[in-house]
Amino acid sequence: MTIDWAAFTPATAFAGGALIGLASALLMAFNGRIAGISGIVGGILEGPASGIGWRLAFIVGLLIAPMIWQLFSAMPSIEIESSFPTLVAAGLLVGIGTRYGSGCTSGHGVCGLSRLSPRSLIATILFMATGFITVFVVRHLFAG
Amino acid sequence: MKTTITAFLAGLIFGLGLLLSNMANPEKVLGFLDLAGDWDPSLALVMVGAIAAALPAFQLVKSRGQSFWRMPLRLPNNIQIDRPLVIGSLLFGVGWGLAGFCPGPAIVATGAGQEKALVFTLAMLAGMGIFQFGARSVLPARD
Repeated sequence: MTIDWAAFTPATAFAGGALIGLASALLMAFNGRIAGISGIVGGILEGPASGIGWRLAFIVGLLIAPMIWQLFSAMPSIEIESSFPTLVAAGLLVGIGTRYGSGCTSGHGVCGLSRLSPRSLIATILFMATGFITVFVVRHLFAG
Repeated sequence: MKTTITAFLAGLIFGLGLLLSNMANPEKVLGFLDLAGDWDPSLALVMVGAIAAALPAFQLVKSRGQSFWRMPLRLPNNIQIDRPLVIGSLLFGVGWGLAGFCPGPAIVATGAGQEKALVFTLAMLAGMGIFQFGARSVLPARD
């Protein structure tokens, strides 16, 4: 392993992370809800019992964040190298996996670890592990 | 109405955090997941920053017992390390490693007008639909 010091952005990573944590704290403090994106989105498919309005409002907030950002600063670059078939396969796996596993990077990784949940710690270790393995296979075994 | 406003603000701040940390950029995320290449540790610091902010706040809210809008705290009560948790998380990690997108960043990048992010997001919604309406009857029960 070699650390890519040129790509490492500790200050904006920590500050951006703190904003993500603040947003999660706000949703818990005011709405009593976990800020897990897969749960918020997937919950809409479960019907109106657990509320649809607040879920849609949170998603609209995510969607317009780039527009608000651009009022103050230039957009950071977003590089998506994956082919369309890869994006479709990845999206299906993320959709099924996060719902079956009851959470993603935000629900388990941020909120779950902040609640000191053992379930979320296991989930985070597992999805990080298969994430590392998948990138290793794609970038180093197959790409040659 | 007020719960809608706070949910909107939380989503907006969450999205701005993803942009500031550059986590809406899949190449940045893949730089973290690529341990054998030139490794970019940034994502780990995003997690540290997020937990540093959320952990004390969660403790305070929990000790209060209800939200500021007097709503019950909807905290997961399942504490079992069960098969759905393990299989689901393993599958999620494979998808995350394939494209570098997890749900939040994919939605933010879609909002930024990225066509490929929209493709991923639609496939993710289809996956959630498959789980909700199809796979649930085939896979071992969750919860």
